[in-house]
Amino acid sequence: MANISHGVGGLTYDPSRRTRPPELNVLAALVLIIVAFEVLGRLLIGDSFLFNTRDNVDTLFNEQRLQIIILQVSIVGIIALGVTQVIITGGIDLSSGSIVGATAMVTMSFAQVAMVNGNPNPKAIFGPAWMDLPVLVPLIVGLACGLFAGLINGLLIAYTRIPPFIATLGMMVTARGAAKWWSKGNPISFPTDSYAAIGKGMMPVVIFITLAILFHLIMTQTKYGRHCYAIGSNEAAARMSGINVGAHKVLVYTIAGALAALAAIVLSSKNLTAQAGMGVMYELDAIAMAVIGGVSLQGGRGSIIGTCLGALIFGVIISGFTFLKLDAYYQEMVKGAIIVGAVVLDQWRQAKKGRA
Amino acid sequence: MMTDFILETRGLTKHYGGVHALTEANFTLRRGEHVAIMGDNGAGKSTFVRQITGVEQPTRGQLVFDGVEHTFNSPIEAREAGIETVFQTLALADDLDVPANLFLGRERIRFNLGPFSILDKRAMREATTAALVKTGVKIPNLMNTIRNMSGGQRQCVAIARTAAFKSKLVIMDEPTAALGVQETAQVENIIRTLKEAGEPLILISHNMRQVFDLVDRIVVFRRGRIVANLRKEDTDGQDVVAYITGAKTGAEYEGAA
Repeated sequence: MANISHGVGGLTYDPSRRTRPPELNVLAALVLIIVAFEVLGRLLIGDSFLFNTRDNVDTLFNEQRLQIIILQVSIVGIIALGVTQVIITGGIDLSSGSIVGATAMVTMSFAQVAMVNGNPNPKAIFGPAWMDLPVLVPLIVGLACGLFAGLINGLLIAYTRIPPFIATLGMMVTARGAAKWWSKGNPISFPTDSYAAIGKGMMPVVIFITLAILFHLIMTQTKYGRHCYAIGSNEAAARMSGINVGAHKVLVYTIAGALAALAAIVLSSKNLTAQAGMGVMYELDAIAMAVIGGVSLQGGRGSIIGTCLGALIFGVIISGFTFLKLDAYYQEMVKGAIIVGAVVLDQWRQAKKGRA
Repeated sequence: MMTDFILETRGLTKHYGGVHALTEANFTLRRGEHVAIMGDNGAGKSTFVRQITGVEQPTRGQLVFDGVEHTFNSPIEAREAGIETVFQTLALADDLDVPANLFLGRERIRFNLGPFSILDKRAMREATTAALVKTGVKIPNLMNTIRNMSGGQRQCVAIARTAAFKSKLVIMDEPTAALGVQETAQVENIIRTLKEAGEPLILISHNMRQVFDLVDRIVVFRRGRIVANLRKEDTDGQDVVAYITGAKTGAEYEGAA
């Protein structure tokens, strides 16, 4: 960038008054939490959280734990990318978890093998003509499910003017119902090898990081991203500036639906099965990741980088609780407190800026 | 056809149901001329502006802008024709920086990929700097969000927007109503630079001192009609007040109000 020690018009520019990117605060919080678990671990159970303590492994860090942390958050992280752009436009999406459930069921039905160990597939949904299909078929069907659900969300929000909270709440209940109706509540299993390869090993992490980079570029470098921030910041101004706010919102929610569908594909492939209860509470986890990462529920503020850091904080906390051998029940309670805390922090930050 | 007038309205009329908010307004504005519109609250000033900026559509009457008759169906159409308006309520997005606000809705792009077109941030930043220099607007840091700026700085950004797009006519609706003394002076300086650059301007203001400082001509509205059209040299504050309150009516408008 050019030398900006002098502001435009001759005013001196004071670098100390430049606003610090809020992502730095999130990063600091992440480091602080890791340090806290490290200290607690050494004090309470005499083990290290971050570093390797086993003799038979020759690495500095406890790589296994780090891998589990990132693997754990990458599937919900994919949803969180979509939720981030929704919240930046000033909306909310409560339907993503249910879209995961419905999409997983439908997709898995198109990914089944005909024969399992020489016997016909016991969980078969369709006849033999619809089995052993190329992997592209379940992929396209799955994405279509998510696109469709997201499109309905977007159309409702943009053109009937009902609040996003209500529209996506309706979709949350409806999609969950559809997931249960699809196979009358039965799980669907035995996917083809090529389908199972999608979510194998560290593949979910690779997919998550690729999508995160793509969406970071979309939000920072394209007209689409710019308009997301503009609408969330001042919808009336966006409209007066000639932005087609309705069409933009339809696109935003459709993309969020597609990302939820992608998460469903990765999840069902990783688990080798699909159940109607898949993805319950994922919408809230995804929202929590975004909010912890500094995405403001009032719209207009936040970033994909922030959400990724928020996802890591989320993963570290869950992993840390397991490491300290605390009950899973505590995890849920602490998760709730963290979400509320993050929103309160956001409000304080805004109030402080308003006074300055 | 090139005319002397950048804007001309003939018999511009707006009725809201039975309310005659604007009646038979014949208004002209020469190229490079700065005109103030004055009048009491409800005199029809804002109604008049809403008709020529496309916010509302007149009941009848003609609007000739830059030699061509226009019917604006939206503020965006008026803007595309070259009429830039600085509204009382600022149309700025708080969380975007200055270039992003200046180019909101008409971003420069590097690759056209539909909605996912890649922004040409550098070109927008350079054009913003040029627009700010042209209007003499002082902003400490271009890349700060609007949120952290004072009311005056925000107003300046809104005005600089008009300079970035080679507008043919600038309309300002009480641009200094909410500003402090220093900030008002800054906005007034910008208006002077517009005058020097030969950009025509319609200024709506209640501030008599400001009007006499800045414009060439004063048009007074009363009860939905134009009641006076005064050259600055031929009038004074008391005279204008007399027209605003109804104590006097311009000779050519006798019998109208």
